[in-house]
Amino acid sequence: MAENVIGTDISPPDLRAKITGRARYAEDFRADGMVFAKLLLSPMPHARVLNVDTSAAERMEGVLGILRADELPVQSEGTREGALTDEPKYEGEPILAVAAVDETTAAAAVEAIRVDLEPLPFVLDPLESLREGGPDAHVGGNMAGRGELGSLKWPASVFEEAGADRLPMGEAPAEWAIGDIEAGFAEADVVVEESIVHQSVTHHPMEPRSCMAYWQNGKLFLHGSTQSTERTRGSVARMAGVEPDDVVFIGEYCGGGFGSKISGSPIMAVPAVLSRKIGRPVMLRITRYEENYIGRARAGFQGWAKIGFRADGRMTALDLYLVQDSGPYGASDFFTAGTVATASYQPENMRFRGVAILTNTPPRSAQRAPGGAQIVAMLEPLVDKAARELDIDRLEIRKLNAPDSDGWLGPQQGPFTSAYVREALDLGGELFGWEEKKQLSGQRNGTKVTGVGMGLSPFTAGSTGRDGLLVIRPDGKLYVHQGIGNLGTHSIADTARPAADVLDLSWDQVVIVWGDTSKHLPFSTVQAGSQTTHAHTRANHAAATAMVGLLQELAARELGGSPSSYRVADGRVFRAGNRAAGMSFAEAARVAMEMGGKFSGGEVPEDLNDATKAAVAGLAGEGLIAAARDNYERAGAVYTWVATFAQVELDVETGEVEIIDLASTTDCGTVMHPRSLAAQTNGGVFQGIGMAKGQRWVFDPKWGIPFTKRFYTARPPGILDVPLSPRFAAVDKADPYTPVGAKGIGEPPVGAGEAAYVCAVADAMGGQCLCRTPLTADMILAELEGRPRPYGLLDTHV
Amino acid sequence: MLETEVIRSRRGGFTRRKFIKGVIAAGATASVSGYLFRDSGVLAPALSAQGAVERLVTLTVNGQQRRVDVPKHETLAMTLRYQLGLTGTKLGCDRAECGACTVLLDGVTHYGCSILTHSVRGREVTTIEGLETDGQLHPVQQAVIDEGGFQCAFCAPGFTMSMVGMLAKHPNPTREEAAHLLSGNLCRCGDYDKILNTAMRAAELSRSRA
Repeated sequence: MAENVIGTDISPPDLRAKITGRARYAEDFRADGMVFAKLLLSPMPHARVLNVDTSAAERMEGVLGILRADELPVQSEGTREGALTDEPKYEGEPILAVAAVDETTAAAAVEAIRVDLEPLPFVLDPLESLREGGPDAHVGGNMAGRGELGSLKWPASVFEEAGADRLPMGEAPAEWAIGDIEAGFAEADVVVEESIVHQSVTHHPMEPRSCMAYWQNGKLFLHGSTQSTERTRGSVARMAGVEPDDVVFIGEYCGGGFGSKISGSPIMAVPAVLSRKIGRPVMLRITRYEENYIGRARAGFQGWAKIGFRADGRMTALDLYLVQDSGPYGASDFFTAGTVATASYQPENMRFRGVAILTNTPPRSAQRAPGGAQIVAMLEPLVDKAARELDIDRLEIRKLNAPDSDGWLGPQQGPFTSAYVREALDLGGELFGWEEKKQLSGQRNGTKVTGVGMGLSPFTAGSTGRDGLLVIRPDGKLYVHQGIGNLGTHSIADTARPAADVLDLSWDQVVIVWGDTSKHLPFSTVQAGSQTTHAHTRANHAAATAMVGLLQELAARELGGSPSSYRVADGRVFRAGNRAAGMSFAEAARVAMEMGGKFSGGEVPEDLNDATKAAVAGLAGEGLIAAARDNYERAGAVYTWVATFAQVELDVETGEVEIIDLASTTDCGTVMHPRSLAAQTNGGVFQGIGMAKGQRWVFDPKWGIPFTKRFYTARPPGILDVPLSPRFAAVDKADPYTPVGAKGIGEPPVGAGEAAYVCAVADAMGGQCLCRTPLTADMILAELEGRPRPYGLLDTHV
Repeated sequence: MLETEVIRSRRGGFTRRKFIKGVIAAGATASVSGYLFRDSGVLAPALSAQGAVERLVTLTVNGQQRRVDVPKHETLAMTLRYQLGLTGTKLGCDRAECGACTVLLDGVTHYGCSILTHSVRGREVTTIEGLETDGQLHPVQQAVIDEGGFQCAFCAPGFTMSMVGMLAKHPNPTREEAAHLLSGNLCRCGDYDKILNTAMRAAELSRSRA
């Protein structure tokens, strides 16, 4: 019997390539005759291109071609984003691209191009745009809704009524309610109410979204950085204006995406179209400076929450209002935020209202727990505030309100497939030593005050209905074809484990095929929403189960007896009780190739996705092939929870915060890969802390340009910003509605880390919540020293 | 004038200011890292204005002598990646903020994006591709495999080179010392816990191999 590989630590099979320099990321590929492209970025936050004079650039030796926005198959229109535009809607938006024999010539040519721009009104703060007569991010609108540009203005009375320190709350385009919010407050013994600001944050993966493209025999070959391989081919095809069959997308390694490269990037259109135009391979190397603009960001919120609790700690009412900064092309974080709040607290009554307003700041996209991380970090300090007033332990109040598997998910989903949230909280309390550590709260040592806090963060963690595709080749090895991307989470290898375990095969006999759509990849999820682990352990489990059936049937036909009398283990199919009476996987592959039909891809299950059918057709005859759709039952919403506990020391003389200890736990179902799970969780926790601590999103309000566009001004946490040994434990209880028991983990740690940090800082300040991120040293000091705030309570981008 | 800067830098360390001055003096715009100066002629006047410039240099990279044609202002990271095919050295920021391009010069860590190729003549350049000997992984590489280190791993070559440089000088660091010595590298996945586990494991492996 092969040892079960689920639940063990492995060294990912691609790690040797990563650590010897052989792993090739998008910018590491070369093609014969390759030339370079450079972008001309808008110097204004909103403008109209009146005239472009490229004559001087075109006369330059070495310049090969110029690409304008109107040459792209996908053009910028309304809230649809093109890769280039003649109406830039944020400073740094690409207007055109130049190809030249080398990058310096391309850059010099960009400098030689004269662009006449008509400045247009711009807006950075959604609230400004909501005022009557306030500026709009687009000509003719300030709101994205169902692909259409809309407009929303609130009467002046809404702003007057609110005053300077409370969120104005006019008409909300998005609204839902559960129960009766007023009745909920009537029942409450304690009510807390705050206006809260959460900043926008740039993703800044380590690898900028460089890409290289060329055409061969009418097919586009594009090397790019993506989170999802199979699903990126279609978006590249749309950008290039060709059929998916005419695209070979290669993305073997992705140097981080965090939601910013879900199915590639709009900018991939530039080398794709430019290389066709000039007939040469084109490399578009994206610099960190450019990445700041086109690399996506999390949507910021200006929010307001009013929460009621009964004396026993139960949340009777949650009234939430969010104004989202959607950037120029929209985002849907705010709506998710309302849903995520219900998965934390199960309020007896709730009202959600929200409005998403376009601004002339870099485009938003999902960023690890979009909406979820923000709302958790915004609401958790308020729960602490209520707990203090009610004199209830902060861990207890979370346990009291947390859902179990029968819980609900707003506005109209639930129950959960599994929710072992209290177990996760208990485990976390134990791991962190909550009972002892909370005694340290407020303790002063010299200039330093200790604070402790926690954050509970839920997020969606699975999906169903994807396909698995397995091949046993004549070398006797199992080839797991993965349409998912290799984005660094190790899920490319970890989701193949069920195939090894179902076939009782040793892990060293498993080969993973990935990263290139010409390698026949099955229909997959996008690597977003923490779906991958759940969706693809299921898909590969289904395919492996089908493979066992094929092996049994093939052996029975070849060797006699009934299929059910055969067993599969250790790379052989054999008669139960007699290992000698059977054949090896290598032999089975050869027999399958002779038999043809359903054994070697000649027939496939009808319910497979067309992409998988095409992949199987491409592999037909190469071995024993099993493909299957995930048809396993799922009853409820798939959610994962992470609880993080933090201990900090706040220096009351400098406002600096040092994180002394961090401990995190999760209910993400069965643990697939303990070491990797801990790393995913800790890494997400650090990213969350970065949003509240060191990363900044600051704009010059007069000119609408960002100040924080590089790592030194928008610095993600470094190795000295986090504890030396963060701790981690998992509940490790199988989700009953998925055959492997595993749920996703990518997203919820971010909100947990951010909330734990924010709550711990508030605790060090005696329970005083600043109700905004980031919490910079100067803001903390101003608050501690009772000086007037150098910013308005609802100001963003400060 | 550029020559003076470069010579001085070789003796007395290399500052960011000198680097930027060097790039500007050589005629490139400061916002663009140039490479692959083929025959476009864009910079010919700037280059000739500097007088006789020897573009052909011999570099010692991973123990091999490599002759390359490099303009004065090209950075080592660009030369490695675009002239010598050593793409293991990554560009994460182009500006000495992230450490993805870290290489060793005479065994000491340097940011490859912030040192001019002409200034490394006569020095031993080691990149991630040069760590293996006869198919055997360097102790730091083996430690990464043992500890399952890194996630997206775009920072991995840089961190690995920093660990190699660190262990050469500090063969027995504490976890805290290792964190300080590796703080010039950034990992956006936040895999610092495993990175420090790797560093400690690498120190252990290095000692046992020594």
